[in-house]
Amino acid sequence: MNLKYYRAPDLIKRVLKEIHEYRQPVTFMEVCGSHTMAIGHWGLRKLLPENIRLISGPGCPVCVTPASVIDELIKLKDITIATFGDLIRVPGSDQTLEHARALGADIRTVYSPLEALELSQKRETVFVGIGFETTIPGIAYTILEAGRQNQDNFSVLPLFKLIPPALNALLIDDEVEIDGFILPGHVSAVIGTQAYDFIPQKFGIGGVVTGFEPLDIVLGIKKMIEQINKPQIINEYSRIVTTEGNMAAKATISEVFSIGNAVWRGLGEIPDSGLDIRTEYSQFDALRKYDIQITNIEGNTACRCSSVLKGKIMPFDCPLFAEICTPNNPVGPCMVSSEGSCAAYYKYEK
Amino acid sequence: MCLAIPGRVVRRTDNNMGLVDLGGVTKEISLIFLPDVVAGDWIILHTGFALERISEEDAMETISLLQEAFGQEKTCLSL
Amino acid sequence: MKNDIITLGYGSGAALTRQLIREVFVSKFRLPTLDDAACIDNHLTVTTDAYVVNPLFFPGGDIGKLSITGTVNDLSMNGSVPAYLVASFILEEGFSINLLKRIVDSMQKTAEEAGVQIIAGDTKVVEKGKCDGVYITTTGIGFLPEGIDLNVKNIKAGDRIVVNGSLGDHAVAIINARQKLGLDPAPISDCAPLREVIEILLNTTKLRFARDATRGGVATILNEIYEDTGLGVILDETSLPIKDSTTVLCGLLGLDPLYLANEGKLVAVVSEANDDMLIQLKAHRYGQDSAIIGEVTKDVNGVYLRTALGSLRPLLMLASDPLPRIC
Repeated sequence: MNLKYYRAPDLIKRVLKEIHEYRQPVTFMEVCGSHTMAIGHWGLRKLLPENIRLISGPGCPVCVTPASVIDELIKLKDITIATFGDLIRVPGSDQTLEHARALGADIRTVYSPLEALELSQKRETVFVGIGFETTIPGIAYTILEAGRQNQDNFSVLPLFKLIPPALNALLIDDEVEIDGFILPGHVSAVIGTQAYDFIPQKFGIGGVVTGFEPLDIVLGIKKMIEQINKPQIINEYSRIVTTEGNMAAKATISEVFSIGNAVWRGLGEIPDSGLDIRTEYSQFDALRKYDIQITNIEGNTACRCSSVLKGKIMPFDCPLFAEICTPNNPVGPCMVSSEGSCAAYYKYEK
Repeated sequence: MCLAIPGRVVRRTDNNMGLVDLGGVTKEISLIFLPDVVAGDWIILHTGFALERISEEDAMETISLLQEAFGQEKTCLSL
Repeated sequence: MKNDIITLGYGSGAALTRQLIREVFVSKFRLPTLDDAACIDNHLTVTTDAYVVNPLFFPGGDIGKLSITGTVNDLSMNGSVPAYLVASFILEEGFSINLLKRIVDSMQKTAEEAGVQIIAGDTKVVEKGKCDGVYITTTGIGFLPEGIDLNVKNIKAGDRIVVNGSLGDHAVAIINARQKLGLDPAPISDCAPLREVIEILLNTTKLRFARDATRGGVATILNEIYEDTGLGVILDETSLPIKDSTTVLCGLLGLDPLYLANEGKLVAVVSEANDDMLIQLKAHRYGQDSAIIGEVTKDVNGVYLRTALGSLRPLLMLASDPLPRIC
């Protein structure tokens, strides 16, 4: 799968030229943190005309993890905490996991949830279950595998977030004004484009599912412009994404999880935007095993992340941005992960 | 959200696992969510799991249509 | 200092490391610079370096080889000819003597290749669990030939940036081994002594400055150059030498090869990059993939990468180690 054509400067520039012919001011939200990163990585924002504003949405699972989660994890003693890498620098109310590790906590970063299951053979292990629909199937499978192995030493802290309910919550908010969504390619690979049908039907705006190569992104923007007057969901990423998504992955999710509420750092609690571990698998539910409560603790009250996540303001409109809140000392979720919109702006657009 | 990279299935192995070629290096990953993929198929990989098949035809068609639209010399595409 | 305890980030080689050195050591020891090596009377260069690596043996090297190349390279970077090393070992109770012999054997082989003699040493044993098998510290002495002055202050706008091969190889080898990612063939560390590479640069061009791109990688060194000189740098993305296996691992984990550690790569700033230089570099076993990757300029403030699309992407100084991402 040679990606060179999807990075070919001549094709990308031709598409950009067509985008430049459009003169109306529009605001599109790229929902996904990996899109934010890719846009920064290829310097695309500067190549777009000024009338096309891209704002970054809440699609960064690390960024939307509430501070209370970190606090609760730090309280757990004598167990291994296995997590995806960039969560270890997310500030709790007082400490990060990295800091707790320096004080003696056993915190491991893993690439795959299956590695966490392997760690549990040596020592009681909690896997910090962050992620959207892309990451959830693998974690669901890992729980099933733990059941097959009767691995009592393993549990998962379910912090999963679902994208469609979050988009619904954003659109219900009257203050959020966007003309369309650039929708996450790999989440869509699992849930299919049909998961977004409610957006044009209910809210009268469209969206384009697109990939992460520079050509994917500019084509996505071009297609957004083309459908601005007849809102619909368009699939630019059809080499991977289907209408119904990956049935096997969706079935695995449903087998292990049921829909529940979730607390999003910066956005608060969004109904039906999370997943609970079903009773059949409750022995692997770290919430029950360790009696953990996830609350919505907001840290610094001057932090405007919730407005950034909703696209109401740009990162540099926040009084803390780049002054008090930096990647070395992140205050809010958008600065926490390198793909958070504030971090991406700090890194690429300052 | 969600880094995923393309790879090509070299062969299926036991327990719904498979060896994929990620561009010069191979790695064993889970194919549990793609029961029908066979050697030679392209997939995308995320946190150790193949999530979806990549349609080469579709990828090539996108590029061909663009090249046509821009009046470019059509390249012989080998993706 | 935040939270006033040491976290792993203080060992990253990035901004936190520099902050620690500045705030704790430089002021107390009244150090003139933040350098790895010091030159005494413009003649004698001295440096010291501690080696901790997990796993102890990795494709392309081991802690023993590393403990020689790392120190020899720190001596070589100011133009010195490395001559003598002193080695000290912290050994963990329970560690295999056979493995220790393998490590020492590797040290001797590498020292011979690098043309240095190990002339003294020390050993200590600590209780089980107090160290990771073996820690090695080597102190190196080298001689600076007359008339060589590779000071960062010599760098001028218009100078070119050269690297002697593919970036991030050592970090990729270590991450693949440590995280058991199972890439096959396993990526190989670039662990190598670089004195001969420096010699080629000294003989074929006007070498202004060189630094081995260890922790923090190439981007960190360029940011240090910007901090020390106020001169910007623009790299050209299309000319960066990066192995396929590195691209794959960086894709898996969301890492950037420009920030990854090398153990056999240097960043050289030269007044002119001529054909003779490149031919000779490429003919050397530790320079096969050498490339001119960018230039020093007054046009930008900071370090930037010109992408394949022609846009400029800033390469900031990181605070700490780059973290693997799922997103």
